Amino acid sequence: MTLFQRIGAWIAVPLTAALLSAPVQAGPPKDTFVMAKDISDLITLDPAEVFELSGGEIIANIYDRIMMYEPEDLSTLVGGVAESWEILDDGKTIVFSIRPGMTFHSGNPVTAEDVAFSLQRVVKLGKTPAFIVTQFGWTPENVDELVVVEGDKVKISITEEFSPALVLNALSAGVASVVDMKTVLENEVDGDLGYAWLKSNSAGSGAFKLRTWKANELVTLEANGDYRHGAPGVKRVILRHVAEPSAQRLMMEKGDADIARNLTPDQIKGIEGNDNIVVRADPKGTLVYLAANQSHPILGKPKVVEAIRHLVDYEGMANSFLAGQYVVHQAAWPGGLWGSLMETPFSLDVEKAKALLAEAGHPDGFEMQIDTLNRAPFPEIAQSVQATLAQAGIKANIVTSEGKTLWPMYRARKHEMMVAIWSPDYTDPHSNIDSFANNPDNSEEAKLTGVLAWRNAWQSEAMNAKVAAARNELDIAKREAMYHDIQRDLQKTSPYAVLFQQAEQTAMQKNVDGFVSGSNFDLVFYRTVTK
Amino acid sequence: MTTTAARRDTFALPRWIWTIGNTVLTLVLTFVGLTAVTFAIGRVMPADPVLAIIGDRASNEVYERVYLEMGLDRPIYEQYFRYLGELLSGDLGMSIMTARPVLTDIAIFFPATLELATIATLIGVFIGIPMGVLAAVNQGRWIDHVVRVFGLIGYSVPVFWLGMVGLLIFYGNLGWVGGPGRIEPYYDGIVDTVTGIILIDAAMADEWDVFWDAVSHLILPSAILGSFALAYIARMTRSFMLDQLSQEYVLTARVKGASELAVIWKHAFRNVLVQLITIIGLTYASLLEGSVLTETVFSWPGIGQYITTSLFNADMNAVLGGTIVVGACFIGINMLSDMLYKLVDPRARA
Amino acid sequence: MSETTGETGMRAWLLSASPQSVTQARCQRAYLGWLAFRTNPIAMTGLIIVVVLVLAAIFAPLITSGDGLTPALENRLQPASATNWFGTDQLGRDIYDRIVWGSRITLYIVALVSIIVVPIGLIIGTVAGYMGGWVDNVLMRLTDIFLAFPRLILALALVAALGPGLENAVLAIALTTWSPYARIARAEVLTIRKSEFIMAAEAQGASTVRILRKHVVPLCLASVIVRLTLDMAGIILTAAGLGFLGLGAQPPTPEWGAMIATGRPFLLDQWWVPTVPGIAIFVVSLGFCLLGDGLRDVLDPKSAGP
Repeated sequence: MTLFQRIGAWIAVPLTAALLSAPVQAGPPKDTFVMAKDISDLITLDPAEVFELSGGEIIANIYDRIMMYEPEDLSTLVGGVAESWEILDDGKTIVFSIRPGMTFHSGNPVTAEDVAFSLQRVVKLGKTPAFIVTQFGWTPENVDELVVVEGDKVKISITEEFSPALVLNALSAGVASVVDMKTVLENEVDGDLGYAWLKSNSAGSGAFKLRTWKANELVTLEANGDYRHGAPGVKRVILRHVAEPSAQRLMMEKGDADIARNLTPDQIKGIEGNDNIVVRADPKGTLVYLAANQSHPILGKPKVVEAIRHLVDYEGMANSFLAGQYVVHQAAWPGGLWGSLMETPFSLDVEKAKALLAEAGHPDGFEMQIDTLNRAPFPEIAQSVQATLAQAGIKANIVTSEGKTLWPMYRARKHEMMVAIWSPDYTDPHSNIDSFANNPDNSEEAKLTGVLAWRNAWQSEAMNAKVAAARNELDIAKREAMYHDIQRDLQKTSPYAVLFQQAEQTAMQKNVDGFVSGSNFDLVFYRTVTK
Repeated sequence: MTTTAARRDTFALPRWIWTIGNTVLTLVLTFVGLTAVTFAIGRVMPADPVLAIIGDRASNEVYERVYLEMGLDRPIYEQYFRYLGELLSGDLGMSIMTARPVLTDIAIFFPATLELATIATLIGVFIGIPMGVLAAVNQGRWIDHVVRVFGLIGYSVPVFWLGMVGLLIFYGNLGWVGGPGRIEPYYDGIVDTVTGIILIDAAMADEWDVFWDAVSHLILPSAILGSFALAYIARMTRSFMLDQLSQEYVLTARVKGASELAVIWKHAFRNVLVQLITIIGLTYASLLEGSVLTETVFSWPGIGQYITTSLFNADMNAVLGGTIVVGACFIGINMLSDMLYKLVDPRARA
Repeated sequence: MSETTGETGMRAWLLSASPQSVTQARCQRAYLGWLAFRTNPIAMTGLIIVVVLVLAAIFAPLITSGDGLTPALENRLQPASATNWFGTDQLGRDIYDRIVWGSRITLYIVALVSIIVVPIGLIIGTVAGYMGGWVDNVLMRLTDIFLAFPRLILALALVAALGPGLENAVLAIALTTWSPYARIARAEVLTIRKSEFIMAAEAQGASTVRILRKHVVPLCLASVIVRLTLDMAGIILTAAGLGFLGLGAQPPTPEWGAMIATGRPFLLDQWWVPTVPGIAIFVVSLGFCLLGDGLRDVLDPKSAGP
């Protein structure tokens, strides 16, 4: 009894004290930039493996890449670790000169050996994003001959037909991050090329180094004072995992976060009245699209897919629950980038759709299943589509799931219709077009599970040829026209209806300045931020 | 002949060995059942652990390679026995999501849940017991009804909803408590992790700013989680006390002129203590696993959230490891409460 | 006049000190229980809530203006008004309509879980208690294993394995809830197993199945029903929790937990979107709790305390 009382006093007194004298929420210190973001997708920080949006953004701030886009001009590809490059006459060999005077976070100098090692490491580890460079014909067996150090330069050769512009662009992707060979090899275990270690450590030459990564809690980055463009504007960047958008908003209003990345359009509207917070919108390369499995007896009919393209309330959605964060976009390569096609030929037209359905032999509609992700805005989009499909008699049932449950089904062609998301791996149209349109082998056994066209069991020989031709074309203007042509074709005959392009809305405290966010997911720069 | 002799020997063993043997057997069986069921669920899930590692755009070659690396081509019983073997040697495998050994993860996430559930249980105990006693003493009067209805309300509120509303009011509008998470991120890393329980670590390191920040983050989720504990404990206290207050010895004590306070606390309450401890144990166990939704709403980096996110990410080693640890605690506490109860209450022994 | 005599006749028959038949005795017990129940304001509140829920579910088409499924994007996030009593949600659907239609889902969950849980619990419990010996040992050990599982996590894992959906959520809840019922049923059986009427039935050569079905199960039912009503709140909350995590009913189904989940981002500016379904869950859970509490006082007085 008395013991109980004593324990009670022990517990109760501090608790009440805390309630009464709740500590003043001072907000983050001046030199620390706190970002509220959903980083649940983060599973690795090894640049040879990162393929997730959050991870891609973080490694872009830790590692310099061979080629880069810089925050000062997001549309011009410039040299990163490579100071200059020379394309040899055959168009299949590029020689890079390394920028002198650069050092890694460890203090080691950045050399040609590091560059060659980084590329070879990607190919030898063979993780998911490796395809970005292995498509050039590199294999673990031949990469040591095709990527070589020549004095203080690196020479790369490709064996496949590719436009050099495309190759340079691909070398601005995450896999082209230059890692510190010496440090990585010091941490090698059983010949794993430092794979186990680099997952949660950093060995780069970028503006920040990784201090801590606590999964589903936070990532702390520390400024690299010796960065080649000068020290970053803040000493520390903390990415705080906050899954709940409304919690992110509360943290903004309380001043506990400097920036919130995942607010919904309606929350943005609610926060606009707050004088201490500014909202910015940055167009992103992410597309939301509908895909119909062509092995489905009804969805496989081109007229049916055409009808479905007319059964989406594009404007209605873009002006209501998507307002500000998604714009109508109907081509397979996002707007605002080289090669984009801005035509939007489709709008909700129930009569036309009914006529098309009748032509296809389904005047009374049919029944099918729509699968999609279980996070906003996908269930809402699916429900809106469900309602407009119903106007033409198509009865759709919605199933929402986590990505990890959705993908296996999509990759196994077990879906009927899918509302999904796609963002480019690098900023050349080939990145998207290759996946949307090119399907060299449609057979079940081919298992081209990474290719959207294969997943939807769609193949067109003519289209395959067009994709290859555009990929190899050396003349820039001609190449752009070819991509426009391909995108128009995809609008007419394909299993897709591209619906929207994302614009990321970010809420920031008024004192935050210099946050740069480009069209691709990994073009987000922390080093220019000041507060 | 020999067999009967042997059997007689067994029967000659003292009763407590039987009881312990029986308990251990149940414990082992339950544990094996737990791992088997969780393992089986993990293997029939539509979420694909291979894709959790390689992402959705990986080519089939990468897929096949990782599939083989993970040993997923082996028959399921073989995978299970291999897992059990590793488990017994203390190896829970690697987590995909955090790129760390599951054991390390649990050492990080479990203390957060422990902290939350402990404070929640304490809230339940220190408010629930007096409420229950008060209700029992005033049986049938308005105060009894209030406590009873209050208790039922604690049962009926969806915690995830209460958490959202609480966060909005007490953090958003009033600013009395800290926001989601365990601590403000800029306090992270100041205090060395010793026990993993921030309150203790901060107090030991003499970092009182960190301590108070942690307290302000802890109050709301633990109060909300505690509302369930409070309801249950108050309710059970009331019914135990009613039982005692109707006993003859209470009447005797009253006749002898003991003060009402002494009757209630010295006589009746002392007799319900053991039953109460059992109930508190059960509550604690159920909070350890029931904190999943609270942790989700408050971005609380605890074991419940760890298991849930791992589950959604097809990170089966993490799900299995987390479930086994929570399950073991759950089983252990239940068993302890059960034994304590049997030890003290002769009726339960029969 | 005949009506009044009829009523007094009925009352007299129900309250007669010496019932003439088994039926009359049973009716009398029920009637006396009802009389006791009626005087308990808490229990009556519970009953009224549950009755309102059932009526709402039955008459949903009559008391709503639409199916609560069709989006009306031009009318989204409207506050409560004369046309939209509880406002509209993020797709412009009337929340009142969705709550009313959602009562069907809630009842469906509750009914389906009961249909699965009660028979499993009763069969395992009564068989274990009646047969005794190794059967009892095996069955009770199985029950203990299920009792020892962390339930919510197991339900989560089960739904994740079965795939999201209402039926799967119900199945997962049922599979994690049956064990206490087996225990209760077994305990009841143990107290009546040696009673004379069971002996008599055995002596008459009745089969085990028949004894269990005719004599044992009916006696266990009262405590099982009480427990079930008290558990309803837990079942509804678990289902809502699964819906909240996106594992329960699929859109556009107006399941209350899922409505809270999708309404979460609107808490700050359009508080009614997640708040109304939260209140609905709370009221209905509370209703079942109150009803269960009252039922226990009537049907199972010994466990309620004096």
